[in-house]
Amino acid sequence: MRTINAPYSFHSIKKRIIGWFAIFVSLGSLAIVVTFISVMMIHFLVQGLPNITWSFLTEAPHNNNTEGGVFPAIYGTVLLVLTMTILGVPIGTATAIYLSEYARRGSIFARIVRFAVNTLAGVPSIVFGLFGVGFFIQFIGSGMDSALGSATPIWGHPSLLWAAATLSTLTLPVVIVSVEEALRAVPRELRDASLALGATKWQTVKRVVIPNSITGILTGSILAVGRGAGEVAPIIFVGAVYSLPELPKSLSDQFMHLGYHLFVLTTQSPDVDKALPQQYATTIVLLMITFLLNFTAVFARLRIRRKSL
Amino acid sequence: MIAEWSIRIVASASVLIIALIFLFVFREAIGIFSSKTESISDCAANSKTASSSAAITNNKSKSLRLAPEIYNPDSSELILIAQKNHLQPEVYNPDSLDQFASSKSQEIASISARQNIWQNLMGKNWQPVSEHPKFGIIPLLIGTLKTTFIAILFAAPLSIFSAVYVAFFARRRVREIVKPYIEILAGFPSVVIGFFCLMTVASILQNIFGLDYRLNSLVGGIGLAITVIPIIFTITEDTLSAVPKTYREAALALGATEWETAFRVMLPAALPGVVAAVLLGVGRAFGETMIALMATGNAPLSTWSLTDPSRTFAATIGAEMGEVIWGSLHYSVLFFLGALLFVMSFAINLLTEVFVRQRLAKKFQGS
Repeated sequence: MRTINAPYSFHSIKKRIIGWFAIFVSLGSLAIVVTFISVMMIHFLVQGLPNITWSFLTEAPHNNNTEGGVFPAIYGTVLLVLTMTILGVPIGTATAIYLSEYARRGSIFARIVRFAVNTLAGVPSIVFGLFGVGFFIQFIGSGMDSALGSATPIWGHPSLLWAAATLSTLTLPVVIVSVEEALRAVPRELRDASLALGATKWQTVKRVVIPNSITGILTGSILAVGRGAGEVAPIIFVGAVYSLPELPKSLSDQFMHLGYHLFVLTTQSPDVDKALPQQYATTIVLLMITFLLNFTAVFARLRIRRKSL
Repeated sequence: MIAEWSIRIVASASVLIIALIFLFVFREAIGIFSSKTESISDCAANSKTASSSAAITNNKSKSLRLAPEIYNPDSSELILIAQKNHLQPEVYNPDSLDQFASSKSQEIASISARQNIWQNLMGKNWQPVSEHPKFGIIPLLIGTLKTTFIAILFAAPLSIFSAVYVAFFARRRVREIVKPYIEILAGFPSVVIGFFCLMTVASILQNIFGLDYRLNSLVGGIGLAITVIPIIFTITEDTLSAVPKTYREAALALGATEWETAFRVMLPAALPGVVAAVLLGVGRAFGETMIALMATGNAPLSTWSLTDPSRTFAATIGAEMGEVIWGSLHYSVLFFLGALLFVMSFAINLLTEVFVRQRLAKKFQGS
């Protein structure tokens, strides 16, 4: 229809070939990406699932990490992300509330905050690890030790608390962005109605906006947890260790972490081939944890979006 | 009132954190310029093991240059022994043997190296654990550029073309399935992707191309590309979908074909967004630690060959920070590398913010 005048001209044929080629290239790239993801997931499932046993999930590793299970690593990871959530989510939520409810259009402070959040999202994760060493351990931790007057360092060394604090700064932008989205999904009319009834801004936020977006706030926390559970780089030298005689008891103890455990198994194991089943099984456990969290978050988010439409 | 003000104050936390990162990472990095004597003896103690294993590696031929790899199932027993003796990745240390011989000049040299720290940093050797520690960041810079380049080379075309297909040619239902599917990739912990590259991608590439080194920049670059693809794909697809429908309708009405509309009208219109996506991808690629640590081979070589092992800034920090003595010169140099990474990511973010996003907003507001 578009080429009524010249259906048989050279120009039209050339165009058509380029058109096919363009679509072929685009479809080809998509196919490569999708195939790659599928191959990777199937590879892990096939190699890993048979090695998951009850004892693997409940035992501690022994014999140089070539036998036994990963229970201390699961325990450490869960403890880490819980502490991280408690530390990070309130700050992230408050920032999101400010950005969505209080910041005026074109407010310079809001723009600075937003820029800082974006920058924070782009800072390499290893730099957060250095920040953890320089600020949390060396500055706050050692400062606490000298303030408490303890001879042996209790807080001034790598520990669960500082790793959680480091991760909560890392996941802060994730929380802020998703909570803000949830807050913006609350209809304007609800706020207006509340304000018209004589409620103050803070009452509106507390009684109307937050209860209506509680799913979104939870989603943000879950996404942050999912991100935090998979990050290894920042915690390598802020508290994670590759073997532990016993489970961490307090926040000042060091801990094992699934991702770090996988890293140690694959690169520093004395007998890599013997530890191979352990590696794949650990991968599956790590993937299960992060996926479960991510899927929950994505599902909840879809529901919020549908509601807001 | 109190609640409001506390929210305002808490909201500035992210600004504060940025400032603190800036302050504390740089503060520790400044230690480079103030000399501390204890670090020399620490380095000397460590270097005993380093030079003994280097002696083993140096005697043998090319295959033994594989030693810098952390994991290497195919190579000979000898490397395993060398690795057991000294688990740190910087086993390969060609110059330290020579240094071992000329012990007299060492002390003078190490003092002068401390004085000329800038010269040391600009050097071509990264040998932090030796009697004469060399902190030349040039090989690390080359390694970072190489792996980032490979990552973007793979990731950018694949994800941009995929995004074009999903945004213009795919049916709605396909789109609703494919987009979340690719975004799953963003949820993969990087250590898992590193593991996959180390085990599978490295073996496949070596079998196909017969590479000398099992772990090399190419493998690492592909690993980084896997993490970058969902970022570039998602942002590109979002911007393409945000281009006003009128553009497409106008192009089609003027007689353009589907692909002409997609590639000559829509893609140029969304170009700032695509550039932003690629820039963010670059930022992610050079800062990625675990994959670089596991799959690039981790040898600080100053070659531009894409199939040689390489080592990035982030991987260096990740590998060495755990073993370094806090407060030593080596420690400060690692913080200096971190400061460099921070500055680079900050610059990229500034660039996308000021240059790209505002331009995009202006462009679409006019329509």
